[in-house]
Amino acid sequence: MEQKNYKPVIGLEVHIELSTKSKLFCGCHADHFAKKPNTQVCPVCLGLPGALPLINREAVESVIKFGLALGCSINMFSKFDRKHYFYADLPKGYQISQYDLPVCGSGKFRVNIRRIHLEEDTGKLVHETVDGVKSSLIDFNRSSVPLMEMVTEPEFHDGRSVIDFLKEVQLVARYLGISNADMEKGSMRLEANISLSRDGTIPDYKVEIKNINSFRFLEKAIRAEVIRQEKLLADGEKIVQETRGYDEVKQTTFSQRTKEEAHDYRYFPEPDLPPMRFSESQILPPMRFSESQITDLKSQIPELPEEKRKRFKEEYNLPEDFAEILVSDRKRPDYFEEAVKLGKGQTFSAKTIADLMVNKKMDANYPEPGGLIKKILELTGVEYATQSETEVAVSEVIGENHKAVQDFQNGKGEVVGFLIGMVQKKLKGTGNTQMVREKLLGKLENG
Amino acid sequence: MDLPLTIKETQKGLIEKKFSAVELTDSYLERINKYNKEYNIFLTVSEEDAYKKAKEIDKSEKKLPLAGVVTGYKDIFMTKGIRTTAGSKVLEGYIPPYSATAVKRIEEAGGITLGKLNCDAWAHGSSGENSDFGPTKNPWNRGCTPGGSSSGSGAALSANMCLVTTGTDTCGSIRLPANYGYLVSLKPTYGAVSRYGVIAMASSLDSVGPLGHTVGDVETVFNVIKGGDGHDSTVVDHEAQAIKSKYKIGIPKEFFVDGIDPEIQKTIDEAVKIFKSEGVEFKEVSLPSTKYAISCYYIIQPAEVSSNLGRFDGIRYGNSREAFGDEAKRRIMLGTYVLSSGYYEAYYLTAMKVRTKICQETEKVFGEVDAMIAPVAPTPPFNLGEKTSDPLSMYLTDIYAATANLSGIPSLAIPSGFSKKGLPLGFQLMGPRFSENNLFDLGKKYHDAISFEPKVALK
Repeated sequence: MEQKNYKPVIGLEVHIELSTKSKLFCGCHADHFAKKPNTQVCPVCLGLPGALPLINREAVESVIKFGLALGCSINMFSKFDRKHYFYADLPKGYQISQYDLPVCGSGKFRVNIRRIHLEEDTGKLVHETVDGVKSSLIDFNRSSVPLMEMVTEPEFHDGRSVIDFLKEVQLVARYLGISNADMEKGSMRLEANISLSRDGTIPDYKVEIKNINSFRFLEKAIRAEVIRQEKLLADGEKIVQETRGYDEVKQTTFSQRTKEEAHDYRYFPEPDLPPMRFSESQILPPMRFSESQITDLKSQIPELPEEKRKRFKEEYNLPEDFAEILVSDRKRPDYFEEAVKLGKGQTFSAKTIADLMVNKKMDANYPEPGGLIKKILELTGVEYATQSETEVAVSEVIGENHKAVQDFQNGKGEVVGFLIGMVQKKLKGTGNTQMVREKLLGKLENG
Repeated sequence: MDLPLTIKETQKGLIEKKFSAVELTDSYLERINKYNKEYNIFLTVSEEDAYKKAKEIDKSEKKLPLAGVVTGYKDIFMTKGIRTTAGSKVLEGYIPPYSATAVKRIEEAGGITLGKLNCDAWAHGSSGENSDFGPTKNPWNRGCTPGGSSSGSGAALSANMCLVTTGTDTCGSIRLPANYGYLVSLKPTYGAVSRYGVIAMASSLDSVGPLGHTVGDVETVFNVIKGGDGHDSTVVDHEAQAIKSKYKIGIPKEFFVDGIDPEIQKTIDEAVKIFKSEGVEFKEVSLPSTKYAISCYYIIQPAEVSSNLGRFDGIRYGNSREAFGDEAKRRIMLGTYVLSSGYYEAYYLTAMKVRTKICQETEKVFGEVDAMIAPVAPTPPFNLGEKTSDPLSMYLTDIYAATANLSGIPSLAIPSGFSKKGLPLGFQLMGPRFSENNLFDLGKKYHDAISFEPKVALK
């Protein structure tokens, strides 16, 4: 085998289903998860003859917010297009999507983002045995639910950074409140385009890995596909441009569709939906966003995970992993900060609160931060040594450790840790660190 | 009873209790029973619904704009609970769960739904001969086409089977049946009337509009159906334009060239004279790209048709794709081809550019004049079977229609008289976007001047 000197070139396509109240083009409920089949449908999302789409403004706003959060430009002129293909879960024979003028243009979020567009989801095929006959049934509850698709430039070179990126994207969607982005509910779907390059340039082929429903599987699939391609290239073979799936059992990718079978989607501008304009100066109806409305959307973007992690580490002195774990949930950071606010002036630190949340998951037991704080106070009240016990112990330790006291007075601040340890030993660990430190320092500094 | 031929007379009769809405319904149904077999106008008669509504009208004290107006709908309008076929075997047994906005509004305004009218399958055609349920015959002459694609919508009025009808106009399909039936009809501004619930032919060209016996009736129905409905994003609520005190009408020179039938030329010349005597000025104008309009239309339209018919994939609606007729298949293939990758730029994109050019030219003309006068079709009603073997010559029937659809402007078809053979003649008046009011005003001026009386064909 030839020497392994290929560099993976990976680009991503991420679909995120939006959690808007109603569907993208009609008034039906968008939340379709685990609902009785075909109970959230109307002429529009069933694609009945004569029905017409009407754009849901909330969905467009969600995409704009997501784009702004990911540093993308907002296209001042955006339109919908029809993407034609035949499948039983696509009732109109075309999907309303965006071809050349998506809502969001390029941006930068760890890697370069190519675009973010808005489209409608399809129905769902359900395979069941009905009256003893194997049947394929169609559930249209999901039909026309808003879906946004983000496409990155092919700038990833390993599976790990792909997963890190995707997790962050998932978190951003949750922070913005535009989607639950749950992989297991299909609200977030991943596709990776993988090719291998010898010199870092983008190769003339790509293999699309599709239908992956977890981060873990995607990482494994990428690994498996890279190995497969390396082998082929090493054997001097040309890699076929195709779509492949991932077989978890065999831990390999398998061919689903080759280029010859690729669709000609026959895109053309959706005549039923006038273009959208994002500008103050245009007054063409009906979907229009003024500059001030865009600014308003911008102001609705909360602190994003990356900034929050940084701030938690600086402001509360939290270790990396505490910040990471707290921020990786949409609600816990607010809970944490509320608890810190309530616990201010008490003997325990913000880090203690974080510790109880991260390691003991105590926030799960107390829906309100106030409850958690009360509990901490109860615990500390019972367990900690009293002020006088602490004072006695401190005096004893100072009396018994002349050398350390000497060192401290000679400027060796680090001996404080040792002395605190000694006090705790005397108190059998019931000392309140904060109090011990204060008393100790007071005694040492004032003689 | 002698059926009244206008909304005004109908409502006068109802108020004065000369007849009831139920009696009106009886009389129309009588005529349907007498003539429909021969003329093939109604595909579905909704007798029960009609009587139910008629009884309500008779009991009601409410003053509604269309109270007691017996209406037939082109069978491309969704009617809740009443079979809707689009003239195609594909939807032979389809009963829609909802009604089109236009239907709903007419019914809410007091209209009595009598049934569904024959048309070219999917509205593809100019003669009604593409209907999978057989062609409609022209009540003025059984051997002639009543004009398509809203063939039943025209013939139902000529045969006096109802008082007003609706149609759709993608390239003349409302205007031609009016022209071939001694009727008035309006192809409204694109975006004036909601298309919701009307089976799409070519979405960027389709207009929904009324047919009636007089300008006033068409105006009344238009005022009922126009305006946004929260379903069709292309509808614009537009304030009615003020009626002008003085008009200048353009004569587009490209429309009056070789090939125009002498009787049509003559009737338009006479109309111009009458307008002039009413103080209207005339001016020759030019639409240089007219010669490309049909080619442009026959790319954009099949492209959208191929997309819109994709949903009839054989999985739903009962019948398989085999049930599509030849014309629909022809358009699906043409449209699929012009949208295919590698051909899109050469065909669809080029056609869209030509369309923009045509729009600019009409806009320029309306900087100079308030309206344009033109023939509706090159000839009076032609014989059934005359053009069926030659789709291209059939397509050329649309030559005067395409401009209004491609540029989204309104056009009013107006009857002017009869040919030597006793076939209806007329012309169209096109105006700038949302100038319907002025077109109605011009139409009424002309009809007042010639003391126009509505006429029906069958005794």
